[in-house]
Amino acid sequence: MTTRIGVVTFPGTLDDQDSLRAVRIAGAEPVSLWHRDKDLHQVDAVILAGGFSYGDYLRAGAISRFSPVMATIIEQAKAGLPVLGICNGFQILTEAHLLPGAMLRNNNLHFICRDQKLRVENADTAWTSAYTAGQEISVPLKNVDGRYTADERTLDELEAEGRVAFRYADVNLNGSLRDIAGITNAAGNVVGLMPHPEHAVDPLVGTGRTDGLGIFTSIIKKLVTA
Amino acid sequence: MSLDTVKHAAETPDAGQPWKELGLKEDEYARIREILGRRPTGAELAMYSVMWSEHCSYKSSKVHLKQFGEKVPANDAMLVGIGENAGVVDVGQGYAVTFKVESHNHPSYIEPYQGAATGVGGIVRDILAMGARPVAVVDPLRFGAADHPDTRRVLPGVVAGIGGYGNCLGLPNIGGEVVFDACYQGNPLVNAGCIGVMKHEDIHLAQASGPGNKVILYGARTGGDGIGGVSVLASETFESTGPAKRPAVQVGDPFQEKLLIECTLEIFKEKLVAGIQDLGGAGLSCATSELASAGSGGMRVELDTVPLRDSSLSPEEILMSESQERMCAIVEPQHVDRFMEICEKWDVIATVIGEVTEGTQLEIFWHGEQIVDVPPRSVAHEGPTYQRPYARPSWQDALQADDAGELARPASGAELREQVLKLVSSPNQASKSWITDQYDRFVQGNTVLAMPEDAGMVRIDEESNLGVAMATDGNGRYAKLDPYTGAQLALAESYRNVAATGAKPLAISDCLNFGSPEDPDVMWQFAEATRGLADGCLELGTPVTGGNVSLYNQTGETAIHPTPVVAVLGVIDDVTRRTPVAFAEEGQLLYLLGDTREEFGGSAWSEVIHQHLGGMPPKVDLGREKLLGEILISASRDGMIDAAHDLSDGGLIQAVTESCLRGGKGARLVVPDGLDAFTFLFSESAGRAVVSIPRSEELRFNDMCGARGLPAVRIGVVDGEEIEIQGEFSIPLSELRTAHEGTLEGLFA
Amino acid sequence: MARVVVDVMLKPEILDPQGQAVQRALPRLGFDGIADVRQGKRFELEVEGPVDDAALARINEMAETFLANTVIEDFTVKVEEEK
Repeated sequence: MTTRIGVVTFPGTLDDQDSLRAVRIAGAEPVSLWHRDKDLHQVDAVILAGGFSYGDYLRAGAISRFSPVMATIIEQAKAGLPVLGICNGFQILTEAHLLPGAMLRNNNLHFICRDQKLRVENADTAWTSAYTAGQEISVPLKNVDGRYTADERTLDELEAEGRVAFRYADVNLNGSLRDIAGITNAAGNVVGLMPHPEHAVDPLVGTGRTDGLGIFTSIIKKLVTA
Repeated sequence: MSLDTVKHAAETPDAGQPWKELGLKEDEYARIREILGRRPTGAELAMYSVMWSEHCSYKSSKVHLKQFGEKVPANDAMLVGIGENAGVVDVGQGYAVTFKVESHNHPSYIEPYQGAATGVGGIVRDILAMGARPVAVVDPLRFGAADHPDTRRVLPGVVAGIGGYGNCLGLPNIGGEVVFDACYQGNPLVNAGCIGVMKHEDIHLAQASGPGNKVILYGARTGGDGIGGVSVLASETFESTGPAKRPAVQVGDPFQEKLLIECTLEIFKEKLVAGIQDLGGAGLSCATSELASAGSGGMRVELDTVPLRDSSLSPEEILMSESQERMCAIVEPQHVDRFMEICEKWDVIATVIGEVTEGTQLEIFWHGEQIVDVPPRSVAHEGPTYQRPYARPSWQDALQADDAGELARPASGAELREQVLKLVSSPNQASKSWITDQYDRFVQGNTVLAMPEDAGMVRIDEESNLGVAMATDGNGRYAKLDPYTGAQLALAESYRNVAATGAKPLAISDCLNFGSPEDPDVMWQFAEATRGLADGCLELGTPVTGGNVSLYNQTGETAIHPTPVVAVLGVIDDVTRRTPVAFAEEGQLLYLLGDTREEFGGSAWSEVIHQHLGGMPPKVDLGREKLLGEILISASRDGMIDAAHDLSDGGLIQAVTESCLRGGKGARLVVPDGLDAFTFLFSESAGRAVVSIPRSEELRFNDMCGARGLPAVRIGVVDGEEIEIQGEFSIPLSELRTAHEGTLEGLFA
Repeated sequence: MARVVVDVMLKPEILDPQGQAVQRALPRLGFDGIADVRQGKRFELEVEGPVDDAALARINEMAETFLANTVIEDFTVKVEEEK
């Protein structure tokens, strides 16, 4: 039976189509989920895609987090459903308190769009097992509110528990504390990251690299062998 | 104040009216009275004043723009020509591509962020109104001197506005330009382009036909944005003490526009719409009169049903409001419910505000009382036509005689080296990545080429790899020296850029940015440029599908350089075959295609080294451009070349620097026989490109060029980590990179 | 109608580059003597009905769970005098 991976579309979501495509290229069945629909349609995992849901009004992800679909996702994530938050999706996960910390305006105050080098710190999560710890990958980064922050206690906890999933490797232009580009929850089923793996799966477009595909093949591997 | 109804107007023919304050001339006011057979109501006066303004009616430019419709080359690809929201071309496999460039210059000087943002919003809606999904945007930008304090105010705001709006819409920004020149100091040029894709059967036109069909206004609520903005801002120049009329800049909401796009595309998919128009300049006045005029002629609107953000607006203000993110659709009665359902799904406000009628009049009511009763054609399509006087400026001869060939040239290899570094680090020639990295070029996952490539290219079909490419080019310096040639050079450069990526040029859109039409010098420039462009398009076989004119770009007596900007759209069967600019393979051979002559008039070298503008611009040979294009496309298709870069401002050394830095590989070049090093590096002769060829392809490539009559000379090889001009100088790539990439960040960060 | 104003500011320990950019620009524009600038948000709520303890409690909850992100922001709630 093919793995079904849902991708949520909120009003203003932009990278849902690319996420659906990445799922398809990785070999799973992509399923579109609508923000108003509480039903997750028997998907095995959920991706909160990137974009500017609700225009980032109030705060990025602040309004999306209260959508009907999020009520179900929060409940099921706590019960172990794998959830990936990319960029705006990561912002929604922090607003929903499924992951700790918050996102702030980039230090340099500009939107940054670049090919970003990352180091995979934790290759044990549901979404990173296709990589090896310490591996360096290049994936597009594009955001204006991408500075990850949390209080010292939380940061120390994340480090101590090995819950930093990705770190910025060559430069950290948005100013994220401890160069954190992505984190995971304690159980390893919920992962959030600012860079966009779905834009690095097709050698023909974008940066021409396919380093992002591992995120999607990881979850398929996990679900198939579960 | 009581409502100025049609009845009241008929009864009070001598009531004073503020036609002058609204920007109308006395004879125009008289003509309105003649058309209506009475004095206009306040609302009608507002409509005419806005719709007959320069920006909306093109009254000064129409007589010259006619040529685009008359000198049309035979071209099977054109599906929709001038007159609609945007032009449409057939690109094969059942796909049609719509594209256009527009300006939003004056608002961007007053409020850079919102001016630029709403410029993007407006052009995207034009493309959407044609029935297409917008897939990419481009931005040709022109600012004053790079180190001027006011440029520090305008540039970052404009860039943030374009990024803020475009990124939020999810449209990749795949190209454009950034040019600095003191002539744009008080009049920055913010041109915005958009490409949309659809199937042939999806093409929608802006007409209201079918009596009984409903007129539905959907999108944002209407507020006081930009009241009188169009006629105030675009038809008057800025006094040096400040704008003469109260500034009225619209504020954009990109989230609302994103919802509008998704909502509209779903509506199109279910074929619910008979006609559609976006609301831009002149808001509802424009949308209703244009839809009615292009359709069967009659429309009735209940203005009080328009959803408002500000309940204190008068009916005149509602009609003139330029609140953003609004569209107007003509919908058959049986489709209205489903239309509303889709809007509700996307949380987009939609209201039936009227219907198409049997008659020939546009009738607008306010709480049951009639305030507008006009023949729509008179408002939308029969505005005044001016025959502005024009004459070759008295200073033109002296300017052309001031030969740039006479300027002091570098005398040694060391001097050449120094001037090369000065050139590639100058604001106009330096890397623009500090700006373009603020735009999303990845979203939608179809961007095959983006800046700093020669043209932006997007894949439009994942199965077949069909793609389209667009380049935008303009050169105000060339056009100042000779507007006819300058316009053709802009066309040639854009054409060449598209061909260099391997795409076949199909059609163009133009954005004509000029000074005041009341100045005979400027009007001569306009007449010459449009003539040059029309003649050029005819010869190249690329019709003008639509475009935009922006006049009154001047402060006081000094106009900007005449700046026609040309956007060429091309098609490529297979995007995997596209040609990038990067020299990436060591050992490949570098060839210079075309003829190099001593042509420095208006060149980047003359600007950077001598701050000089004079002489004649490079000669244009459109037959040669066509041949060069064909060779570049064939070579791309057949795998004969791995990289290509067109030569334009900055000449050969600029192109080679860009290609080497992009690929991270150096080049060893030899000055060809018959040329001196200086001319080889800095001349800006047109019709040229530099290509990188695998050794195994050299013979085949040479044979092809020889057989077709295109001069091709081997100038060197991709090799090492520096650019070396044999016998003259060498510069390490690291030094070039520092010089080329640090300038803009140093000025604006 | 009564107006209640909710002011939201970044917590003091959070870096505020937008506020810093404003502060840096001030001397350039001829304004001296400003030691620091921090930028926040102001929400003006037009409340239907009386602004009693129950209403204020509701507004506080609204601020805590929605208008402010208490991980990074603090807020104050003030009733404005009726004009």
